Amino acid sequence: MKIERRDFLKGVLGGGLLLAADAGPAAGRSPGKELPPNAVGILYDATLCIGCQVCVGACKQANNMPPEHTAGTDPLWDNPRDLSASTMNIIKKYGSGDYPVKDTVAGYSFVKRHCMHCLDPACVSACPPSALRKNPDTGVVTYDKKACIGCRYCQIACPFNIPKFEWHSAAPLIVKCQLCSHLLAKGGISACCAACPTGASLFGRVEDLRQEAKRRLAMTPGQAYDFPVAHLGAKEFQSHKAGRYVQQVYGESEVGGTQYLLLAGVPFDKIGLPALPSESFVALADGIQYAIYKGMVYPLVVLGGLIYMIRKGEGNRH
Amino acid sequence: MKERDFARIQERLNGISRRDFMKFCTVMAASLGLPLADASRLAAAVSAPRRPPVIWLSGQACTGCTESLLRPTHPTLEHLILDLISLDYNETLNAGAGHQAEAALQASIKENYGKFILVIEGAIPTKDGGVYCMIGGRPFGEIVKETAAKAAAVVAIGSCASWGGIAAADPNPTGAMGAPEFLQGTTVVTIPGCPPNAYNFLSTVIHFLTFGKLPALDDKARPRFAYGRLIHENCERRPHFDAGRFAVKFGDEGHRKGYCLYKLGCKGPMTYANCPAILFSDVGSGSWPVGTGHPCFGCTEPGVGFHIPLHTQASLQYITPAAGHPPIIEKRGGGASVGAAALLGAVAGAVVGGGAMVLKNLEKEDETAGKDQK
Repeated sequence: MKIERRDFLKGVLGGGLLLAADAGPAAGRSPGKELPPNAVGILYDATLCIGCQVCVGACKQANNMPPEHTAGTDPLWDNPRDLSASTMNIIKKYGSGDYPVKDTVAGYSFVKRHCMHCLDPACVSACPPSALRKNPDTGVVTYDKKACIGCRYCQIACPFNIPKFEWHSAAPLIVKCQLCSHLLAKGGISACCAACPTGASLFGRVEDLRQEAKRRLAMTPGQAYDFPVAHLGAKEFQSHKAGRYVQQVYGESEVGGTQYLLLAGVPFDKIGLPALPSESFVALADGIQYAIYKGMVYPLVVLGGLIYMIRKGEGNRH
Repeated sequence: MKERDFARIQERLNGISRRDFMKFCTVMAASLGLPLADASRLAAAVSAPRRPPVIWLSGQACTGCTESLLRPTHPTLEHLILDLISLDYNETLNAGAGHQAEAALQASIKENYGKFILVIEGAIPTKDGGVYCMIGGRPFGEIVKETAAKAAAVVAIGSCASWGGIAAADPNPTGAMGAPEFLQGTTVVTIPGCPPNAYNFLSTVIHFLTFGKLPALDDKARPRFAYGRLIHENCERRPHFDAGRFAVKFGDEGHRKGYCLYKLGCKGPMTYANCPAILFSDVGSGSWPVGTGHPCFGCTEPGVGFHIPLHTQASLQYITPAAGHPPIIEKRGGGASVGAAALLGAVAGAVVGGGAMVLKNLEKEDETAGKDQK
């Protein structure tokens, strides 16, 4: 089949007119996602973290996961190097050189990595059988192993590189933090927060956590304040001197907001949390999808064009 | 030290053996971080015929510092302290009292002008003209100032003399302060601790006697050999900290198993001292707070001991983190090596070649089969 230059230009013009008439793909985008009514999450404060990794062990215990032995080290204790099929929560260390002053760019800082529980999760959007879902009440991104088909689209979709795949298993599943949903169901809190000695990992309602984060950003560095331990509303407090925070709550607006919020004393890109747009990738992808299929106009136009060209081609042959 | 040299001083040492004396000097050298060969120099210095005079002034003190020098159970230590050093004046240990003691003090100052070591124990009250500590009718501060001006070296022993200690705890009603703050302009070596470790004091004094100068000091005038590292860095329970194993309550399972005491308020991460390395004086194994199951309360650190509540968690600003944490971006393995690539290539080649041969043979078979059918 041969398309004349003239026909091609006609098609382009027609398509352009249609798009213009539609006021662009933005009109089809879903609006910014609201917080679910009882959204719960975690506030991690790197300036309070002491790097003891008790949360890593508590996570494994609560979720019945095996210890992980890194090749080349003694298989004596759990020493994961990254999130994996048997590690859903990990403490990592940023460091530049041997300058042992915490929470400085020239020194070092810890960061706790696990699922961010996005308000508009890309993994949920990408999951064909809806094995990954966002709980409409608590906002926790949950995983249903019975529905999973093992396509690993979630791994590609996640902007934080969180879902991990059981490569070693014959019937592999996706592994990621589900905010200890089984403990929440019993009225508990996530194991990592319950174990944290300093309150660096703090469980609570996301709305309250956002306020707590704002309170911390407004603190005078070096002055002692009370910091709640384990969960907001707990009776236990620890007095710490406020650190020098980077004036940003990571997760407040990143990719539409997340239910895991972070505070740190070093810029977030240093501790593996990249600068991300405030609009979720899902909103962008949805916008394009919805715009294309809106009222089935574009598919019909494309179908019409194809029929026309095929007819024309048939005519030329005879 | 030769046997006959030792024989001269043996009587003064209450008849201890030469072997025990040399052992003591070796321990001294080790705690100072000196080569063992220097032990004999120390031995010669401390057994010199003229014993170094020490004048010991006590102010706002509980006398725990004096006690800590006397209590070590090492059989010869108290003799070494009291007999090797000529302790000319110490209110606790003086045989005389009242005017007699004061006269001895003045005589010693006069006789040893510019040669004696002044040891200050206890804080110095400054409010209301120093009336909160009067000795012989004079304010303690006045006596300290007068004596310090005539001393060869000034040593502040204990937290109170070093930076105020418990006497200067809020609200500090007597305006108590440590000797370095009170004697501004004079170098005052501080041996903080509540009570201080006898070895840290003796090592400093003996260093001065042997080398004629003070050991290297840090910014708070503490000898570096003793106060150079954070307690947390040398703590026997540090592995529990790095593994996240904490005692949560006194007497709980973690506490009985000897887990890290950070959660109970241990100030080890912000306190510089050698307690975990040499333990307390000569008391025996496990003889330091953390060894007995109590969190460190930061007695050697100004602004920590008696200032931060006992069970408030410590700040970890200056500790060296464990080496075991994974980095932010974990390095992956490099690409295939040349050898591996060559081997893989060879295998792939063999497979392709074999496959081609099989195909060729199949074609032949097809052809022959076709011919047969025809």
